[in-house]
Amino acid sequence: MSTVVLLFVTGLGLGALYFLVASGLSLSYGLMGVLNFAHGSFLTLGAFAGWEVARRTGADSWWTFLLSILIGAAVGALFAAFTELVLIRRLYERHIEQVLITVGLSLATVALFEGIWGTDPVFIDGPAWFSQTTSLLGAQIPNDRFISIIAAALVLLGMVLFLKRTRYGMIIRAGVENRSMVTALGIDVRKAFTLVFTIGGAAAGLGGVLASHYFGYVSPLLGGSLLIFAFIVTVIGGLGSLTGAAVASVVVALLQQFANFYLFGTGDFVVVIALALVLLFRPSGLLGRKS
Amino acid sequence: MSSHTTAKPILEISGLSAHIGGQQVVEDVSFTVPATGITALLGRNGVGKTSTIKALIGLIDRTGRVELDGRRIDNEPTWKLIRRGVGYVPEDREVFSKLTVAENLRLAERDAHPRRQLVDELFPDLVKRSGQLAGTLSGGQQQMVSLARALLNDNKVLLIDEPTKGLAPKIVQEVAEALEQAAATVPILLVEQNLQVVRRLAGDAVVLSGGRVVHTGSALEFLDDADLTQRLLGVHADGEAETPAAAQEGAAR
Repeated sequence: MSTVVLLFVTGLGLGALYFLVASGLSLSYGLMGVLNFAHGSFLTLGAFAGWEVARRTGADSWWTFLLSILIGAAVGALFAAFTELVLIRRLYERHIEQVLITVGLSLATVALFEGIWGTDPVFIDGPAWFSQTTSLLGAQIPNDRFISIIAAALVLLGMVLFLKRTRYGMIIRAGVENRSMVTALGIDVRKAFTLVFTIGGAAAGLGGVLASHYFGYVSPLLGGSLLIFAFIVTVIGGLGSLTGAAVASVVVALLQQFANFYLFGTGDFVVVIALALVLLFRPSGLLGRKS
Repeated sequence: MSSHTTAKPILEISGLSAHIGGQQVVEDVSFTVPATGITALLGRNGVGKTSTIKALIGLIDRTGRVELDGRRIDNEPTWKLIRRGVGYVPEDREVFSKLTVAENLRLAERDAHPRRQLVDELFPDLVKRSGQLAGTLSGGQQQMVSLARALLNDNKVLLIDEPTKGLAPKIVQEVAEALEQAAATVPILLVEQNLQVVRRLAGDAVVLSGGRVVHTGSALEFLDDADLTQRLLGVHADGEAETPAAAQEGAAR
């Protein structure tokens, strides 16, 4: 029983990280049709920014941790906004060029990060509570998992409120459904594009800081490794569906955790099988719109 | 309805051509829309009526010149030229199905003081259904939402594409009445297959064939000319059944 609880909560923590990356990916594809292969770079830069804050101001402080989260999210948001305004905006409706430029950017940023911070992982400390455990139904749960889960739940709540309660949220929901009709109502949908990219970048930057505590290190390849699963989550959840991304994040992470433990480390394989099944039998994803 | 008008045009289109996927769908189209009343854009299925409307507002690639109230707008992006005072009601309504009726309307509001009262009077059913998802409405109700979105703002011209398509006769009458009232305040370029509606509403007619303008003039005079309507629209002069040959030609396009 305690093993199941441990796997479940750890899986939720991993799912939280997947969601923080996948939410931006899903919205940017849903609204703009952009498959952003550079999204992982927002996460990596956010993680390094958070680490720089932590090492300069005392990694064991809760205030430092909160500051690193804010800085990580802000850096991710700025990098994402810059990417949209300078590189992506000229390439809407040109999907091949979008893929080329975002793949190129992801490769270039990994090289840049390696040049700045080196190729080896940089180990990170947080408040002492992070390295302790909490007993839950007989299982000893590492505390940092709870932080990731709470942060992702707050981000999901914030995004849902933003989408439901604000005019820009309404524009984004409408744009995911029918972008040209939004334009035909006299709305400059490009502002919504930039906003979605920025929000996605902030979530990824926040995810980067949390991922560095979850895994205990930052490396230039951190974003890329999470991005692969975030893409899988995005497809399984349904492109453009925030709720779908949240549900799929949990499903993918739990499948991965349980398969790794009970099926001889085959977690990644099981996730790919799940992806194939969804593509075969429900190509629009769990909660995506029918094409 | 009103006769062929010579008022200063609100919309002037010259040399408009458009392509979809490399295929030319509108070819060197030129006509004007008067500043009052309803101008019908007619033609058989597939001649390029919807493409002409979309090309006017830049929803498909186009070349040529479009002037709104004397100001050139063909060099502007769609959202900007719409804000200059163009209301667009697309074919098949295109309401946002996952937004409520109220959200669909709020999204369309461009002016500081949208004409809520007018819309509520024209479409009282929408007031009752404001919290309902637009995707769950009937076809007629969705058409009301689509029309209401355009009527909320103080436009210089409305472009309305097949508003009665697929609707029950009773709803067609309601839509026609709403258009009639709307036309009292704003000129309309109307694509419409139902010739009874055209006869009731339109003052002028522009007829397309093969992506080109082949006739312009009074709508009533055009509809009263049995030979002309048979030749250009493939229908009898009373405006009803399309001949099998015409239907076949339309379907083939």
